[in-house]
Amino acid sequence: MATVANKNAAGQDSQQGFVYLPLIAGWLLPGAGHFLLRKWGRGALLSASILGMFAIGIAMQGKLYAGAHDILELLGLAGDLGNGLLYVVSRAAGWGADQVTVTTADYGTRFIVVAGLLNVIAAVDAHNLRTGRKT
Amino acid sequence: MFRPSHFAAVVLFALFASVVFGITQRETPRRMIHYGLYCFVLFVGSAIVLSWLMFLIAR
Repeated sequence: MATVANKNAAGQDSQQGFVYLPLIAGWLLPGAGHFLLRKWGRGALLSASILGMFAIGIAMQGKLYAGAHDILELLGLAGDLGNGLLYVVSRAAGWGADQVTVTTADYGTRFIVVAGLLNVIAAVDAHNLRTGRKT
Repeated sequence: MFRPSHFAAVVLFALFASVVFGITQRETPRRMIHYGLYCFVLFVGSAIVLSWLMFLIAR
């Protein structure tokens, strides 16, 4: 009985404030959602993994999708947008390649897209921690 | 420009993806590590198996 009461109290605590803040912060900056929830270790590992994958993708001259001329480009753009501010900063700085000319650049393009998708998974995980769906 | 070999690219991809999968898909640290290792082995193992299959088919 006491356990149920404690769980209810914890659930009410976790509902206070803007519940989507970790989700949005995690999307904008990889790992930030977990840092907001004081999950330092998980946040650091997620941040290092996603930033590392994105940085390697850029270093391999991967392409950053800019338009949606066909369905494949649209899917690539959706994946890239998962990187949040990393995508915006990279576009503004002119990083990445406009055209894929070598094999490693094709790998780099996939690294950037997958980094965005992993960032979305991490942001949703932060949201689940925030709402108490996950501990 | 960073130009890793195919295998190095696979290992890097598997490493980063496995860390994220492990942390987000399991609840306790011990299970996170186990699941992360499981994903890493599956990523790299399936790449090696598929590579050998393609090599044998191409011969």
